[in-house]
Amino acid sequence: MAERSRPDLADRPVSTVRMVLTLYGSRLRSQASFRTSFIADVLGQALIVSVEFLELWVILSQVGVLGGMTLTQVAVVYGLGALAFGIADMFFGEIDGLSAQIRSGKLEVLLIRPVPMLLQISSLDLSLRRIGRIAVGLVMYVAALTIAGFEPSAATLLLAVTAPLAGALLFGALFTIAGAMQFWLIEGREFANAFTYGGNYVATTPGAVFALPMRAFFTFVVPATLVAYAPTLALLDLPGPALIPAWSGWLGLPAAVLAWIVAGALWRAGVRRYTGAGG
Amino acid sequence: MPQIGTLARVSTYWAVAAAAFRQYSTYRLATAAGVFTNSVFGLIRASILFAAITTAGGELSGYTIAQAATYVWLGQALLAPIEAFGTREVSQRVHQGDVAIDLLRPISFLGLYYAQKLGRSAFLLLGRGIPPMLIGALLTGLALPEDPWSYPLGMLSLLLAITVAFLADMLVNLTAFWLLETRGLTVVYTALMNLLSGLLIPIVWFPDWLLAIARATPFPSMLQTPIDTLSGRIPPLEALPLLGVQLGWIALLALAASAMLRAGVRSVEVQGG
Repeated sequence: MAERSRPDLADRPVSTVRMVLTLYGSRLRSQASFRTSFIADVLGQALIVSVEFLELWVILSQVGVLGGMTLTQVAVVYGLGALAFGIADMFFGEIDGLSAQIRSGKLEVLLIRPVPMLLQISSLDLSLRRIGRIAVGLVMYVAALTIAGFEPSAATLLLAVTAPLAGALLFGALFTIAGAMQFWLIEGREFANAFTYGGNYVATTPGAVFALPMRAFFTFVVPATLVAYAPTLALLDLPGPALIPAWSGWLGLPAAVLAWIVAGALWRAGVRRYTGAGG
Repeated sequence: MPQIGTLARVSTYWAVAAAAFRQYSTYRLATAAGVFTNSVFGLIRASILFAAITTAGGELSGYTIAQAATYVWLGQALLAPIEAFGTREVSQRVHQGDVAIDLLRPISFLGLYYAQKLGRSAFLLLGRGIPPMLIGALLTGLALPEDPWSYPLGMLSLLLAITVAFLADMLVNLTAFWLLETRGLTVVYTALMNLLSGLLIPIVWFPDWLLAIARATPFPSMLQTPIDTLSGRIPPLEALPLLGVQLGWIALLALAASAMLRAGVRSVEVQGG
């Protein structure tokens, strides 16, 4: 197989990098061209993220500490989680529309093109409006870290920069797994929301609020607490609760790599299983 | 226009509602998926509220752990029947011009969609409302109302809440007569709904200024009021004024929706078709 596919690659008129840039570039230009609708969408996304944070803010204005964290510390967790989820959502968030394409048999069109299907779906459905979520998350993350008295060393600075990217990779893998599941559960696509959007909900919350079985599930099975809560513990030098010690803040990247191995295997199995709808 | 007797009209609406009920009852796997996801979110929400109430010493602004559990699970159960996140069918039919067919039908436009909504909600209440309540009762326990009158009054409040949500959602959809893209508005509507309806946290936990804003909108009438009435957190006699508020919003929103529909229909005619 490998012997045969190599000449194909050499025959391609453009390099892979060029292809990726062209695909994403065209989507970005087309979405930014409907300016009013685009701006309304971005503002709407920013509003949603802010409103979701109000939930935590209202609770903390009543009790002062939630899951062992003050408002500023919770804001670090929330900002980091929202930033990571926003990046993943931009590239992979529309993958749950896959079931509609499977049902209508439109997937054949993607399969016959000489470009990996996941790359096509990711670029076709790239939603630039999600930049609203990313922007609010980033501002909140940086501002809250500063107010919370973050004292950067070389190691923690590295963690502060890589944590959003590791989290985005992890959510990207979760979205891809959710998409792959649809090859089996065409009608049941909402199952996956429990882990993608549910994972986001958990990631933006101090992990200590969860009872042990839930905390274990969202750390070892769907590692949402490793996206923002654990890195925040490590960055601010806070003690962690049972099952989530502060040093687990460094486990985001390895967890993301593991999740992508699972996601890749599931995705390939799903595509092989796809038989088309005729036509 | 042919005159239709009252009896025939009622049976028409009944048939529409029954068809909507049957249509939704065929999506079994989707219903199971929805129940599962609703329940996971219920567990996450309950965890956050429990942590807050425990930190506050067992009670927070009138909510104990058991009451918070009831509040969370009722909220998760009512999300689907109320269709809290809005619908897009009418706005899409306006954009595609299919709305012309709806307007030609010999029954009222709003009546047609209301009958569909009631049929849909009846199924969603049974299929997606009851299972999360059972799961909640098993996992976290529920506080049941002391006064038996809370049940019938709660069901009435739920019917009114579904009506308020239907009308507010219809207003958003009908803007499609004038706006080319209604998605931005839907996003804003969903964000406001999340916050002000009492979906994420009980509105009595809000600071005074935010509570005042919430009470000036129809959103608490869609979720917080039926939850409070059904759970008995607000006893039947005290709930009666809240049901009055729901009725007030229904009157106001129904007037606005029919005015918008009339104006919208005129603007469609101006564009020709």
